[in-house]
Amino acid sequence: MHEVDMTKCLLLSMNDWKRQHAPRQPRVSTVHLQVGAFTCVEPDQLVFTWEAAVQGSWLAGARLAIEPVPLVGRCVLCASTYAPLQEQAYRSPCCDHPMEEIVSGRELRIRSVEYALDDPPAIATPSTPACAPCA
Amino acid sequence: MHMPLEDTLGLNLLAANQHQAEHNRDHFDTWNLLCLNVMSSPGAGKTSLLERSLTALAGEFAMAVLEGDMTTQLDAQRLEAVGVPVVPITTGRACHLDAAMVSGGLRLLAERLDPASLDLLWVENVGNLVCPAEFEVGEHRKVALLSVTEGDDKPLKYPVMFREADCVLITKVDLLPHLPVEVERIEAHVRQVNPHCAVIRVSATTGEGLAAWHGWLREQRAALAALPLAAPLVGVA
Repeated sequence: MHEVDMTKCLLLSMNDWKRQHAPRQPRVSTVHLQVGAFTCVEPDQLVFTWEAAVQGSWLAGARLAIEPVPLVGRCVLCASTYAPLQEQAYRSPCCDHPMEEIVSGRELRIRSVEYALDDPPAIATPSTPACAPCA
Repeated sequence: MHMPLEDTLGLNLLAANQHQAEHNRDHFDTWNLLCLNVMSSPGAGKTSLLERSLTALAGEFAMAVLEGDMTTQLDAQRLEAVGVPVVPITTGRACHLDAAMVSGGLRLLAERLDPASLDLLWVENVGNLVCPAEFEVGEHRKVALLSVTEGDDKPLKYPVMFREADCVLITKVDLLPHLPVEVERIEAHVRQVNPHCAVIRVSATTGEGLAAWHGWLREQRAALAALPLAAPLVGVA
């Protein structure tokens, strides 16, 4: 269940963003992610752990919306794109070539946030994590 | 005041970890040391390989190990016996090392020695073929181990790990005569998901392949040493 750690890291990333770019924006209603098929993240589990993780934080009540991104490879021999399949060892069906170039599927992206405009601005002050060797 | 309905971020989901990983790498570059992230499933032979490599390379490189383990310090004790400084990082419930844990390990290491005196820093990750592939710790190179006893389908079942690796070591090859497994098939499956990484057959028991593996390490070390040093870090948080 490493999605718990993924979610924690997502929250830290969101904290950093909020601190730097959006300290006085309204409450966030939805966080939109893009999650590629060729990653170690299971979208359903991410949503499940998200709901527990955001309780009591500035993202409490915010929904996590995940757009899955399919794995797409490009055959380096003939330049055609294809859907690599595990059953076919990810090789290209056109030229029977290994999966050399990945066009999409590695995304772990926080795409955007939507705001709840009826709410007063949330003032968040997430703390800055310290670098141990620098401390 | 106009409020946007939406803000575009375009951030990596693991941006917080990546920032710390890049910061760790800045430290490594300033100290001019090569950092390796060694990953595999449990029992693939990371610690046995390290015992051999640390012993063989001790006269050539100044080295230290950050040893990730979920609950015990058994691996750290084994490696400490070789005579190389080892900092255990007990991850508890977490099934991988992240950049902040490695940062904590670096602080403990720096209490024992000057990291700038090191040539190689080994990070032995927690045994797991899934999440260590996504959590960078600041390494320059990723090394993935796959033992011949695990079966030839693992590169296809855990493709992200083998895709991300710079070097894949096929371990325990001394057992091949006793197994219904073709090492060529294992290698071919690694190549399917990662056509350009180094693939080296090794045995920590017989020493087979260690010369090639250490040769690869020397090449990586030389490539790093040839780069200009990063600017020294001064009080960066």
